[in-house]
Amino acid sequence: MKYITEFRNKDDVQKLAKAIGTYNGRPVQYMEVCGGHTMSIQRFGIPSMLPESIRLISGPGCPVCVTSTGFIDQAIALSRQTDTIIATYGDLIRVPGSNSSLENERGKGADIRIVLSSLAAIQMAIDNQDKKVIFLGIGFETTAPATAVAIQEAHRQSLENFYVLSAHKIMPPAMDSLLSGDINLDGFIAPGHVSAITGSKIYEPLVEKYQTPVVISGFEPLDILYSVWMLINQTQNNTPGVEIQYKRVVNEGGNTKALELMDEIFEPEDDWWRGLGVLPNSGLGIRTQYRAHDAKQWLPKNMELPKEPVGCICGDILKGLRSPSECRLFGKACHPGNPVGACMVSNEGACQAYYLYGNG
Amino acid sequence: MCLSIPGKVLAIRGDKADVSIQGNLVEVSLQLVEDVKVNDYVLVHVGFALEKINDSEATEMLKVLKELKNFT
Repeated sequence: MKYITEFRNKDDVQKLAKAIGTYNGRPVQYMEVCGGHTMSIQRFGIPSMLPESIRLISGPGCPVCVTSTGFIDQAIALSRQTDTIIATYGDLIRVPGSNSSLENERGKGADIRIVLSSLAAIQMAIDNQDKKVIFLGIGFETTAPATAVAIQEAHRQSLENFYVLSAHKIMPPAMDSLLSGDINLDGFIAPGHVSAITGSKIYEPLVEKYQTPVVISGFEPLDILYSVWMLINQTQNNTPGVEIQYKRVVNEGGNTKALELMDEIFEPEDDWWRGLGVLPNSGLGIRTQYRAHDAKQWLPKNMELPKEPVGCICGDILKGLRSPSECRLFGKACHPGNPVGACMVSNEGACQAYYLYGNG
Repeated sequence: MCLSIPGKVLAIRGDKADVSIQGNLVEVSLQLVEDVKVNDYVLVHVGFALEKINDSEATEMLKVLKELKNFT
């Protein structure tokens, strides 16, 4: 398999792990800020390959996990309106809102449909012109361009029944918030697919401000181990900078076409992240000229304040302050079959990854 | 959510491509990329090609890994 199995070669993995094992510097703590990395790290047992002095911790890299309970409540409120179809990626369907989930609402008769692409939601709007089709836009810079394409298509085709409820977020403000907070981080394993869109340059202000090493990593075991190797080298040589390990996909400038389209459709707005609170200019709202496709216009005026699940420490886990095993619900009241919080719902959430691979 | 998978472009029709992903044939939008040709490998995410995969960089990375030395 091209570009997958080559980066899982057992001999190379063992050799690289052995090389990393010779590290004899001070203890370090690196954070991955992509749920895909969290999953790969647990799935391939990366922590067991590292010396005790190198610790990997999960950050706020799972879009489903950082999305607010309030957003789920909004989606549920919209799903209860007449002649409305909610189109969503499957990731969101089981996330608990304050009192219900989209899955529950679907069971009660709401028209909630899972799509694999934003363009499927566009087709849904074409096929159901007598209904509102509301697409739930979640995800970071990787996913936001696909939503931007859909809004542009709807605009071009004058599809008046297509709307987006956007909870899209961008990564640098979250990383900045973590570095300015309580946690001691020696570097970031930066998200490979976010960076395919943004380019490596978006992390340069962070390195300048905090002198924290950043390595943009791929997702296979050799990618992740080599990124750790690169981070250790930056730490040991005291040469913090932005490096790209995942050069087969990421470059400095990113995907210009996607970035221009995102800028055309979206504008920065303050947004709420689970664990981190409101971060200035960390969300992507829909620009005024495309407001006709913004589902916010259909939101009820007086929504109740969202309620977070009692006992769930997902917020602290997303900040890297606590690990899933420190949660009293983990593996007991909360498991993938009955997730209490968002970190257990998503297959990229730290709780689910730790649960599935026995590293709680 | 950011899960993206490499696939090989088998055919192109306007802004859509047939892409082979781990043996499955998938229709992928090319609206976010430029200059994609048949036989290129692309990274596919939520039905879109996000970026072409740079083969020489992949080869270079594997070469670097082979030549790695221990910390001393």
